[in-house]
Amino acid sequence: MLDKTAGHNRPGFNGPGYDYDYLIQDDRVHQSIYTDPAIFTAEMTHIFGAVWVYLAHESQIPKNDDFITTKLGLRPIIVLRDSDGVIRALYNRCTHRGTTLCRLEKGSAHIFRCPYHGWTFNNTGKLRNVPWPDGYASDFKDSKFNVAQVPRVESYRGFIFGTLNMDAPSLDDYLGPVKGPIDEWLDRHPGGKIAYCEANRLMYRGNWKLAYDNSCDGYHVVFSHRSLLDMENRLVNEADKGMSFYKGRPDSAPMYMKYFGHGHHFKDKRPNMEIKPGAMWAIEGPHPGMEHYEAELRRRFSARADEALDLAASEPVNINVFPNLSILGNHIQVIEPLNHYETNTIWYGTAVVDDEGVWGDALPLINALRMRTQEGFPNFGEVDDLANFEEIQRGLAAFEDEWVYMHRGMDIPGRISGDADGVITAPATDEMFMREYIKEWKRLMQTEPNIQIKREP
Amino acid sequence: MSATAMHDPSKTSYYVNDDLYDEIIAAFTNWQRDDLAVIDPVERDMFRRLLEQEARLLDKDQLEEWLKLFAAECVYWAPATVTGGDPRREVAISFDDRRRMEDRVYRLRTGFAWSQKPKSRTVRMVSNVEVFRTDKPNVRMVRASFQICEFRGFETRSLPGWAGYRYVEQNGRWEIQARQVNLLECDQCIRNPSIVI
Ligand code: FES
Ligand SMILES: [Fe+2]
Repeated sequence: MLDKTAGHNRPGFNGPGYDYDYLIQDDRVHQSIYTDPAIFTAEMTHIFGAVWVYLAHESQIPKNDDFITTKLGLRPIIVLRDSDGVIRALYNRCTHRGTTLCRLEKGSAHIFRCPYHGWTFNNTGKLRNVPWPDGYASDFKDSKFNVAQVPRVESYRGFIFGTLNMDAPSLDDYLGPVKGPIDEWLDRHPGGKIAYCEANRLMYRGNWKLAYDNSCDGYHVVFSHRSLLDMENRLVNEADKGMSFYKGRPDSAPMYMKYFGHGHHFKDKRPNMEIKPGAMWAIEGPHPGMEHYEAELRRRFSARADEALDLAASEPVNINVFPNLSILGNHIQVIEPLNHYETNTIWYGTAVVDDEGVWGDALPLINALRMRTQEGFPNFGEVDDLANFEEIQRGLAAFEDEWVYMHRGMDIPGRISGDADGVITAPATDEMFMREYIKEWKRLMQTEPNIQIKREP
Repeated sequence: MSATAMHDPSKTSYYVNDDLYDEIIAAFTNWQRDDLAVIDPVERDMFRRLLEQEARLLDKDQLEEWLKLFAAECVYWAPATVTGGDPRREVAISFDDRRRMEDRVYRLRTGFAWSQKPKSRTVRMVSNVEVFRTDKPNVRMVRASFQICEFRGFETRSLPGWAGYRYVEQNGRWEIQARQVNLLECDQCIRNPSIVI
C-alpha cells in the first residue's frame, strides 16, 4: 500500500510553524523531532528555557568562591557559591563585548576579570571595575553592566537546578513525586549525602532525546547489552549477575516503572531481589579488587559488612528528571545537547561521604570498591547503547519513512494503572514513560515560556 | 611474589588492594627524570621493540596475544584526569585488573558488542620512547607518545596521548605490570571509546 502522506505532503510542515499535534501522536513520533535543526533551536527556548534544568551538584562547589562552568541548554553558565555563600548561576558572558569570562572547568575565585579588556566582576555578577573609565560617558553603576544570571536557582538536597522561566512552578512542585525515589537513593548513604568524584564522559552522534528515551527503557536491555550480560556472567554457572533479571519473562517480573508528571520517570528494579543486606552486592559482576575488599570488610566489620558492600554495589534504579538528569545505579548522568545530532553524556561517579563517622575506616574500602563498580557500565554497557543511538540517527535520514514507534504496552487492558495523583505505573519493559514524557515535551513546545534574566541591582 | 599468588588473577581479584594502589601511584609519580634515564641503546631498543610489538598486536586484533605481554597480576589504567589522581577516590576511564582485561577481550569477542560492529581498524604510531631506571634492578619505567588512527563508521579519527609502562623482569622476560594510558582528551567527552586504547 502506498503511504500518500509521506514526503512533500507531510501535514506537520504546512504553514509557518510546526504542527506538534501531528508530530507527536499517541503511539508514535515524527522523525523530525530528532533530525530537524529548527526544532532543536526551538527546544533550547521551549524546553531548556522553560523548565528547571539540572546545573550542578553542591559537592562540586563545597566552599564559598568555588565555581564550575557548565551549560543551560547551549547557554554557557558559571555555577558558583559567591563570597557570602549564595549559590548563583551567572551567564558566562562579559557584558562588554560578550566574551566568556571564565574558561576553566572549575576553580575558586572571588572576582572574574575579563581576559579581553579587563572589566572585572564580583562573583555576585556585579561590575567592579572598568579600565580607564574616563573614556566612557556612561554610568557604570547602571545594573545593565552587571553580568546576567539565571533568575531562579534552587537546590533539592544538593542537586542545583535553575530556570529562566518566571512562570515555571517552584522547584519543589516541579520535581513533585520524583523526590520520593531521589530521597530513597540519597538516604541509603550515611547522612543522606554523596559527593561527586570524576566522570566517565561519553559523546554520541545523535539527538539528546535518544538518551532520554532510553533512560527508563527495560525493553532493550538483553539485546543492546547482550555482550555485557554475557561478559558479567562468564565465570558463574547460573547467570544471575548484573541485569540478568531481564532475561526470561521481564514483562511479568516484579520490577516496574512509574511516570511522575513534568517529564520525570522512574524504573525500580529493587523488587526483583530479596530485601536483605548484601542482596545488591550479590548480583554485582566481577570488578577489580572485589574479592580482596569484600574479605577485608567481612573480617573487620563482620555483622555490618553486607551493608557496607551494598554501598559499593550499584543501586538498581533509574531516576530520570526531565530534561537532563538521570540517576542510574550510583551514577549521576547529565545529558548535554550540543546540536540536533550530537550529545554529551557525562556519567559522574559518586563517592560515599561520612561526616558523622558511621563507617569509620571502612569508608575508604567502600569507596575503593565503589569506584571500580562504577566504571563497568560506561565501559561495557553504555558504549553499545550509544552505538545504537547513532544508528537510529543514521536510520532516520530515511526521512520519508516518518514514524518512530513507542507503543509497547499501550491499549492492553489492566497493564497500566494510574493513581489519583496522576502517577502512572507500568511494567518495566513498556514504553509508557516515552509516550508520557513526549506529551509533556509537546505541551512545552506549544507553550511560550516567560524567560527573564536577572542582574544585581 | 605476593601472598595472593595462590589465587588465579584471571578468576578472582585479591591483588587489587591498598598495597597495589599505593605501589602503582608511587610508581607513576615523579618517575620521568633525566637522572634515571637509560642511555644504553641496546636496552632502549629492546623496550622500543616491545612497544612496537604491542601496537602491532592491537592493530591486528590479536588481543589474546596482547594479554600475554602482561604480568599475571597487572593493571591497565586510563585516568580520567590529567594528573591521574588516586583511583580509590575517583573513577577512571578504565582501571582494569587481569580479570577485567580478559573481560574486555571476551566482550569484544561475543559478536554482540555493537560499539565494535563493525570493528574499528586502527594504526598505532609509537614514538619518543624513553626508559627510566627505578630503585629495583628488575623494574623499568617506560614512556612513549602514541597516536591511534581509528577508522570506523566512514571516517578516521585520531586518538593521541602518551603512555607510561611499568615493566618487571620476571619469568625470563620483561612483563608489563602496569600500563597507564593518558589520552590527550582524557577529561573530555569521547565518542565510542570501545577499542583497547
Ligand atoms: S569583552 Fe569583556 S572587557 Fe571587553
Ligand atoms: Fe542501556
